[in-house]
Amino acid sequence: MLISAYDAPMARAATTTDVFNAVAEPQRRALLDALTDRERAVGELVRDLGLSQPQVSKHLRVLREVGAVEVRVAGRQRLYRVNGQALRPIHDWVGGYEQLWADRFDALDDVLEELKQREGADGDDEHTNG
Amino acid sequence: MTSTRTAELTLPSDKQIRIVREFDAPRELVWEAYTTPELVRRWWHARRGEVTSIAIDLRVGGSWRYAMTTTEGGFEVAFHGEYRELVPHERIVSTEVYEGGAGGTESEALNIVTFTEADGHTTLEILMQLDSRETRDAVLATGMEDGLQDALDLLEQTAAGLR
Repeated sequence: MLISAYDAPMARAATTTDVFNAVAEPQRRALLDALTDRERAVGELVRDLGLSQPQVSKHLRVLREVGAVEVRVAGRQRLYRVNGQALRPIHDWVGGYEQLWADRFDALDDVLEELKQREGADGDDEHTNG
Repeated sequence: MTSTRTAELTLPSDKQIRIVREFDAPRELVWEAYTTPELVRRWWHARRGEVTSIAIDLRVGGSWRYAMTTTEGGFEVAFHGEYRELVPHERIVSTEVYEGGAGGTESEALNIVTFTEADGHTTLEILMQLDSRETRDAVLATGMEDGLQDALDLLEQTAAGLR
């Protein structure tokens, strides 16, 4: 609940060892997005994302170092794919804040139920306890 | 019946957080619950503590302030801001400052809240515009506290067992 909690867990390691930093870069996130549905070769990523080959290679290297993508050799091609397990900490991290709002909205549902009953009663019952 | 009732969080850009949730109520009621202090007091706690103060001066240029004490640790958590734009039952644009942020920095977020009704259901969208990715990350980390505390407790026990 406290933003000061930020100090502890978010002390950042070097980009190359921290999956949070690795995916902070917009082009690397675009790469991950492109790899979510299926594996792709570097050439395909260069074409689809409009980046240069050295850029794509550099970003893929960073993503591999944190385990966010995996590579396998298929004939003359190296095919890259997302490793969901490595991205799990990010999912959990965002999930906590999502849960905060989920709990808040569940409580809001209860308030709304009461308001709807009040509307339904339309004055017969003045004891809408607030 | 199509209501999913699940809060959906997405990160549209490096400086934004978007939260969407559907409610089984017309938007006049969702607006009322969202902008009436006595009602906000009853849901804003998110079951994580006790709301100590809700002040809402619902007019453009008017200010707001929400405060609560967390059950876990007994921290006071407070936010305040100013209303920039108000369209009754439709849209609220306001600033938001977390009081006592990490490192004493007080960065201001801009929140755009929209209420959209269809078939008696209301979709509430909160779009938070932060001033930097670091601030956005700090906001996202707020939900982690419980999990982090559990992890630290576990680590401590484990370390104690190793002695």
